[in-house]
Amino acid sequence: MSTTAPVATDTLLDFRNVEMTFPNGTVALRGVDLTVNRGEFVTVVGPSGCGKSTLLRIASGLETASDGTAHLGTDRIGYVFQDATLLPWRSVLANVELLAELQWQTIAVRRKKALEAIELVGLTGFEKHLPKQLSGGMRMRTSLARSLTLEPELFLFDEPFGALDEITRERLNDELLKLFVEKQFAGLFITHSVSEAVYLSTKVVVMSGRPGGIVKTFDVPFPMPRDPDIRFTPEFAELVGEVSHALREGHS
Amino acid sequence: MSDDNPVIVVINTITSPARRQRSGGYGPAKVWLWLPPILVLGAVIGLWYAISASLGARSFILPTPDRILEVYLTEQTRGEIFAGLGVTVQTMIAGLIAASVIGIGWAIAMSQAKWIERSTYPYAVVLQSIPILAITPIIAFWAPDGFTARTIVCVLIALFPMVSNTYFGLQSVDRSHRELFQLQKATRWIVLTKLQLPAAQPAIFAGLRISAGLAVVGAVVGDFFFQQGVIGIGALMRKYQARLQMEELFASVILASLFGVAVFLIFGLIARLAVGKWYDFG
Repeated sequence: MSTTAPVATDTLLDFRNVEMTFPNGTVALRGVDLTVNRGEFVTVVGPSGCGKSTLLRIASGLETASDGTAHLGTDRIGYVFQDATLLPWRSVLANVELLAELQWQTIAVRRKKALEAIELVGLTGFEKHLPKQLSGGMRMRTSLARSLTLEPELFLFDEPFGALDEITRERLNDELLKLFVEKQFAGLFITHSVSEAVYLSTKVVVMSGRPGGIVKTFDVPFPMPRDPDIRFTPEFAELVGEVSHALREGHS
Repeated sequence: MSDDNPVIVVINTITSPARRQRSGGYGPAKVWLWLPPILVLGAVIGLWYAISASLGARSFILPTPDRILEVYLTEQTRGEIFAGLGVTVQTMIAGLIAASVIGIGWAIAMSQAKWIERSTYPYAVVLQSIPILAITPIIAFWAPDGFTARTIVCVLIALFPMVSNTYFGLQSVDRSHRELFQLQKATRWIVLTKLQLPAAQPAIFAGLRISAGLAVVGAVVGDFFFQQGVIGIGALMRKYQARLQMEELFASVILASLFGVAVFLIFGLIARLAVGKWYDFG
């Protein structure tokens, strides 16, 4: 599989001139144009408080843009929050079943979906564990599994691995890439790590500081599935450097 | 739940003795947990005998512990006091159940509509500051019988912690958890039953523990003022006081106190069994 998936013209998310002004007068986003097509994994990098998360909140419908249009090409959307947001009284299995349960699917169906998703994220054997018995990485895997049960066409990630240690983060990056290739969802990923952005995506979008706007967009030429060692090549380092420069310019 | 939540403060405060117990573990360190209170108890009993002896002819106002023990060992007096306690326990249970149902229902109503919270929560606070003594004559007029009157007193005393703890528990749900449900277009009912109520359980059980303790106080106070029908331990205390039966008076006060302690421990245990698996009380 390559970065140019056969149905790449199919637009799942289309932002046109999106603006976001909060009731208190804060302008979070200004003139954002952004599309996410089927087969794309788009990562947004930007300084803290530049409205990256607002972008996702608008995409998911949690917020409504104050101006411009935000069009969605699917209603199957997965949303992965900054922290795992597991319900502490529910076991891993019950947590993963939650979304299907909220969609009134039958017990048999949601159990089957949950077990499949748990296997996909490598948590088989931990079904009965409670969130407090899991490590941060395992909690995030559970959260991923929970979203996978929706079989999303568009996956929104709000800095999901920000709180994890480097090694766990790299492993989860690899597993996310594996899922991306296997499940063929489109992704919109928010991060403040430039190397994570370049490694995961087919396209990197750099945002400026408040009010957030898009400064520059980079296409990532490396093929999927991605070789983890690509991170140590000069081409990778060069692209990371370019993105970092754009980020610094946008910030000043 | 966030650290700055007022409910958590309540929970931590009321469970701190349990935490101390747990940190003891096994081995010699544990001796320091039960030995000091026992030494204090021994000292108090010793002092008690000394004072009682020093009172000479008037020693009947402070009967010695062995004479109080005798009250429990004598079948007739023991029967009377325990029957009284039984009546009080019934009042306490009825009052606690009523306070829980009303309190949780009220809190749910407030969590569903801001205007209900605005218009009724101040009265929950007022309720707490009503001098029960002052309204007992009114209750006496209205209540059809002694049991109902005693239960009403019990509810008035025990209600507030159930209302406030449940309400703050329901409100303490994380924003991201709410949004998780919102993204699936969950109805209010689903959010309440699958998110808010489960999340509020630790706070509700902490409130229940406080209310149970207050329900004991309420039941004894209720006994004291309403002596129609079968009489409870509070009414017995008044009778013993009037007849200068000091041994029986002390025996019933001690028994009522032990009952209060037992209730506190039992409801702590219930809370642990119900939510201790996922919620760390200390």
